[in-house]
Formats: sequence, structure tokens, C-alpha cells
Amino acid sequence: MSATPLGMPAFPDAARDALRDTTLRGNLRHATHTIRDKRARAVAELSDWARLREAGKQIKDHTLRHLDHYLLRLEESVTAAGGTVHWAADAADANRIVTALVKATGEREVVKVKSMATQEIGLNEALAAEGIRAYETDLAELIVQLADDRPSHILVPAIHLNRAEIRDVLVSAMGDWGRPAPDGLTDAPAELAEAARLHLREKFLRAKVGVSGANFMVAETGTMVVVESEGNGRMCLTLPETLISVVGIEKVVPAWRDLEVFLQTLPRSSTAERMNPYTSMWTGVTDTDGPSAFHLVLLDNGRTDTLADEVGRQALRCIRCSACLNVCPVYERAGGHAYGSVYPGPIGAILSPQLRGTGSAVDASLPYASSLCGACYDVCPVAIDIPEVLVRLRERVVEGGPAVRRGTRVVLRPARGHAAQRAAMRAAGWVFTRPTALAAGQRLLSRTRRLHPRRLPGPGRAWSADRDLPEVPEESFRDWWRRTSGGRDSAGGSGREERS
Amino acid sequence: MRVALFLTCVNDTLYPGTGRAVVKLLAGLGVDVDFPLGQTCCGQPQYNTGYRRGTEPIARRLAEVFRDHDAVVTPSGSCAAMVREMYPRLGERARAEGRGDALATALAPLADKTYELTEFLVDVLGVTDVGAWYPHTVTYHPTCHGLRSLRLGDRPLRLLRAVRGLELVELPGAEECCGFGGTFAVKNPGVSVAMGTDKVRSAEGTGAEVLCAADNSCLLHLGGLLGRQGSRMRPVHIAEILASTREEVRR
Repeated sequence: MSATPLGMPAFPDAARDALRDTTLRGNLRHATHTIRDKRARAVAELSDWARLREAGKQIKDHTLRHLDHYLLRLEESVTAAGGTVHWAADAADANRIVTALVKATGEREVVKVKSMATQEIGLNEALAAEGIRAYETDLAELIVQLADDRPSHILVPAIHLNRAEIRDVLVSAMGDWGRPAPDGLTDAPAELAEAARLHLREKFLRAKVGVSGANFMVAETGTMVVVESEGNGRMCLTLPETLISVVGIEKVVPAWRDLEVFLQTLPRSSTAERMNPYTSMWTGVTDTDGPSAFHLVLLDNGRTDTLADEVGRQALRCIRCSACLNVCPVYERAGGHAYGSVYPGPIGAILSPQLRGTGSAVDASLPYASSLCGACYDVCPVAIDIPEVLVRLRERVVEGGPAVRRGTRVVLRPARGHAAQRAAMRAAGWVFTRPTALAAGQRLLSRTRRLHPRRLPGPGRAWSADRDLPEVPEESFRDWWRRTSGGRDSAGGSGREERS
Repeated sequence: MRVALFLTCVNDTLYPGTGRAVVKLLAGLGVDVDFPLGQTCCGQPQYNTGYRRGTEPIARRLAEVFRDHDAVVTPSGSCAAMVREMYPRLGERARAEGRGDALATALAPLADKTYELTEFLVDVLGVTDVGAWYPHTVTYHPTCHGLRSLRLGDRPLRLLRAVRGLELVELPGAEECCGFGGTFAVKNPGVSVAMGTDKVRSAEGTGAEVLCAADNSCLLHLGGLLGRQGSRMRPVHIAEILASTREEVRR
């Protein structure tokens, strides 16, 4: 994955900045709580939710187990329907392919429907370097682009901004990209939407090339599926002469029938809708209807490496619904930018370190950006056990071990900077396999209890800066048990209440 | 039935009162618990921080310590979840690495007979009224592992509702994590404290005197915040409430 923000700090440092931004925290809290409550209601309407969830998981697991087969089947079907399939091993490959395809049309601008894959590879920047301008047409993507900002949510990329901030962005930047915002624009949602609509309509009617992603690719028919709310996507998919879709290889499903499951679980999990407003499907090209040329760029970019890990591969089941972001207490406070990736939140915390490796500061810190509370696993419509994968990735960070990088088996070395922690864990492990050592440690702690400082130096400062340390009791339980034979020898033993 | 108490390292070292409460509570219900002194820790700190191989000897010894007991009871949702959910995974991973079935075979019996305290009371002993008396207003925080791993459901609440003198008040946003998360509390102190502060604020908003949970680890974090913020609310483990009697309060 090429789009790692350079010099992106580790998660705890980035989160600290977000925590200080009270407006951001307010925006996030309001938005995530609204969506999570609506989602819970939409899901509760279906009596067979647990079975749908299990079915989605099974379909995805089956497809991933036979990914090579289904991708070749997809290529056949797309080709038979008049499309062209391109295989991209990494971001550079994909960018090169798309840039060449756009250049071949002689065009200098493209319209885009929201696509995470193209953000993942940094396509807009790659196109810009070749003198091609890419216009984002999804409303939230447009806002983020105009603000020269980064998306902070999978489904609601501008979730970190409130209406007033969005109005300011439209007023100040729209004119540089095309039709300016109308005079006297207020922050009423209808006015903001209308301003964007007028601005975008000019782009749609002029563009000869469209770039999209896809939510699903059906192997048996070669059909691409985009699920969206605004209809801007459908314009991008139908109006241009050339359509280029950049899609991660894990998005394939075997058969048309499989959509039955995902078109129920995706909208309810993401926008809390029974059905999303627009579901666009296209299969190759058709005379006199839609684009006359269709290119599918199949993107690997770390996905087959991820597939090689027997625990971590379940991250590839993800259908990008973002339900896990909306229930995550860590995301709610740290915001999406702290994750340093187009994939924020719990799913980002397991996807980015797998797609990009754990080499950078942010990628090595992401597996620890969770309290393992399990809320993400509970809401996931394809039952990705995110806490389990987080722990697996922590293991990779601190213990290293076998992994696959760019198709080659490697043995990862433990990440640097964990020496003190490793020593502490080893020492604790030594004590925990020797009860007499544990008892001796407890006695030492009890005997020195009056001398314990209220605030700790060194690594302990992280605890005691804002939290009191617990008071150490006069006697551990095991010493009490030994002294009183479990209370049988004296009535209750030394009854000092720890918290009185 | 030979019942053993697995107290956990945190309770043994910092909260012996919780251990004494469990012993007293179970004795009152006719269960004579044993406390094998060879026990230490379940290995969760190692496992959750990524030291999976380092967890194995700790897990093996815990399974060995409780080998001859029919049931193992622990007043910690997260340690119960570790033994029940993660020990089988340790076995599976060892098998996947070509190290045979030995670890899985060693750990499976403990996973099968380990119970969190409230689960043991309600499901095994079949009681919800333990005869306790506790004249205080209490709000209950269902910890993440109790809620989502063990699926304790309303068992703790049923037990608390049967306590005489106790007024139970609902905690808004109860299902949200308190922000402890083991090493998360020190690896991401900013977010951890922010989560805990919100939890403490909603708990105080209920007007309760006592913040109750079935896990002292979460209460360690929340109690640390309550203490630093000078709050009058007290964190108390559910075992201590359930073991409390009229005689004791008078004394």
C-alpha cells in the first residue's frame, strides 16, 4: 500500500491531538451514536440476521479459499461481456495502468465515484502528476477533496466536519475546482446539497472518462455492483464513454445469487437502511447504452499476502460497511485520521498492518489501538473476529515470525522499541510459573505499602498521570488463606477493607 | 463436587477482600471451596499483548493446578473468558504449527469447567437470592468480557435485584467499554482515560453511591479515576455485595 502518510506518528500520539479537539470529539460522538442506534433498529427488524451473518461469512470464506479460481472465472466473464481485465500487483502497477488508459483517451480529466481502492493506492495524486485532474463526486469525498483534507470514515469520509465547517469549505474552495458556491450559502443541509449538485452536474455532463470502485464483482456473470445513496455514482458509471473500475481482488463473489445476502446486510449495517437508494450493476459494455469501453483493474496490493495468514485473512471478508467504526469507543475518541490510512477504525487497525506490513510507526501501533472490547466483532455483518486478529498482529509485532510479503515467505523480526516490555513480560512469565516467587513479590509490595508514591515515574507515568494507584493491602489473599486456612482458623482473618 | 477458587493475580495481590467475599458467599451456600496455592495467573497480560508463546507455560500450569477439581470459579469475567475462549485457541494454534495435540489436550479440561462467579451462582447452584443485605444505591457496569465473551446477560442484575436493601439504578451507556483493556490503559493512556472519564461521569450521573462490576481490573481503572477526581462514588466488586450480610454491616 503506497498511501501511508509520510512520517505519520504512532496511533497514541495522533490520538492525543484528536482528543484535545473538542469540536471534533463532539462531531464524532454525535454522528457515531446516531448511526449506531439506527443500525441496531434496522438489524433488529430481521429475524434471520444471525443466519444472514453466517451466510455472508461462509460465502466470503469459500471465495477466499478458492480465490484464484473465481478471479479467473471473473476475467473470463468480463472479457466475454466486452470488457478488458488488467492485473495490478501493487499500487504503482495500478496507477500506471489507469494513467495509461486515461491518456489513451486523450482526456485531461476524470470523474470519480467514491472508491476506497483508488484512495488506497493514491490514484488522484498519480493522475495529477501526469497532468490529469480527478474530480470526486461523492458529496463527502468532494468536501474532503475541496478541503485538501483526508477522509476519516469509510462511509462518511467527512464525519469529522460539522455543517458550518462544510459550508466554509464549499464557499472558499469550490470556485477553484469549477462552478463556485452560490452567494449567501448557509449551512442548511438542503442548500449545501444543492450547491454541490450544481457544481457536480457540470462535471458529469462534460466528462468522457469515469473511474469507479465496486462493492462486489460477480464471477459467473462478470457483473460489477456499486451500492450508494446519492446517485452520483450512477452518473459516473453511465455518462462517460470510458469506465475504469479499480477493485480489490477480495471483492469477488462466486454467483449472482450471493448478492441476496450482501444486499441485505450491507445497507442495514452501513446506513441503517433496509435497502440503499441506488444499486448500480454493469456487465461489460452494451451498444448505445452506457460507456463504450470498460476496463477492470484487479488490485492485489498486499491482499494475497494477507490471505497467507490463517488468522488474519478473515479481514478480507470485509464489505466496508463501517459498522465497526460506529460502535468503536476508541474510534469515537481518536477520530479517523489517527489511523493513518484510508481504512480507519477497528477494521483499519487490522487491515492496514496486513496490507502495508508493520514497518512504520503507525502500522506497528495500530494493533494496539483497541481495548479489545469486542463491540466491533458483535456488529460485523461478516463476523470478522477483529479482536482475535488484533492479538495475532500484536504477536507479529512483538514476536515476529513467519509471514508472506510480496508473495515471498519471510521471517519477520520483532519490531524495535519493545525491549522493555518484552523484559517485563518475560519477568512476569517467570513469576507466574513460580507461585513462591509471586507470594514473595506480594509480601514485598505489602511490606513497603506505606512507601509507595502516588505517581509513578517512567512507564508507570502513563497510568498515574490521571489515575490513582490502587492501595496495596496489608496481606495478599494467598497469605490470608495460608494463615487462616481459608478463614477456618479465625473469624475472617485480618479484615482490612481495601477500598474503605 | 470439588470446587476450586481461581482468584486471579490482580485479586490475589490487590483485592484480597474480593477473594474472602467469594469464600464466605460460597460457604454460605454450602459450597466448600478449595484454593490451590499453586495458582498464579491465566496469562492474559501476555496473550493480549502479543506474547502467545510466552502464555503457554502459564496456561499449562494453571490447567495442571486445577486438574483434580470438578469446577473452577473465578470472580473475573475477563480471566474466565481468557480460559474459556483463548485456551482452546492456544491449542489450535499449536496444532496448526505442527506441534501436535498436547497443548490442546492439556488445556481443554480447564476451559470446560471454568465459571465466572455470577454464572456459577445462577447456572450451577441455581440461586439468584443469596441472602445478602446491602443498604446502598448501586449502579452496575457490565464489563466487556462478561457481556460479549461470556454472555452473562442479566445474571449479575438478577443477583443484585435480590439483595435486600439494595437500590439498583440503571447505568446509561452501560455496554460501552470503560477503557481499561489491560495494557491498553498504558499504551494508549489518552484514549483510555477519555473512555474511563465518560464512564465515570455517566455512573456519577445516576446518583448511586456504589459502582459495581464483576471484574476488579475494570474497577481498578475506574476507581483510579474516581479517586483522582475526588469522587465520593466507591467501586465495589459484586462478590463483596453478595457476601454482605446484615450482621456484618452492624458489626
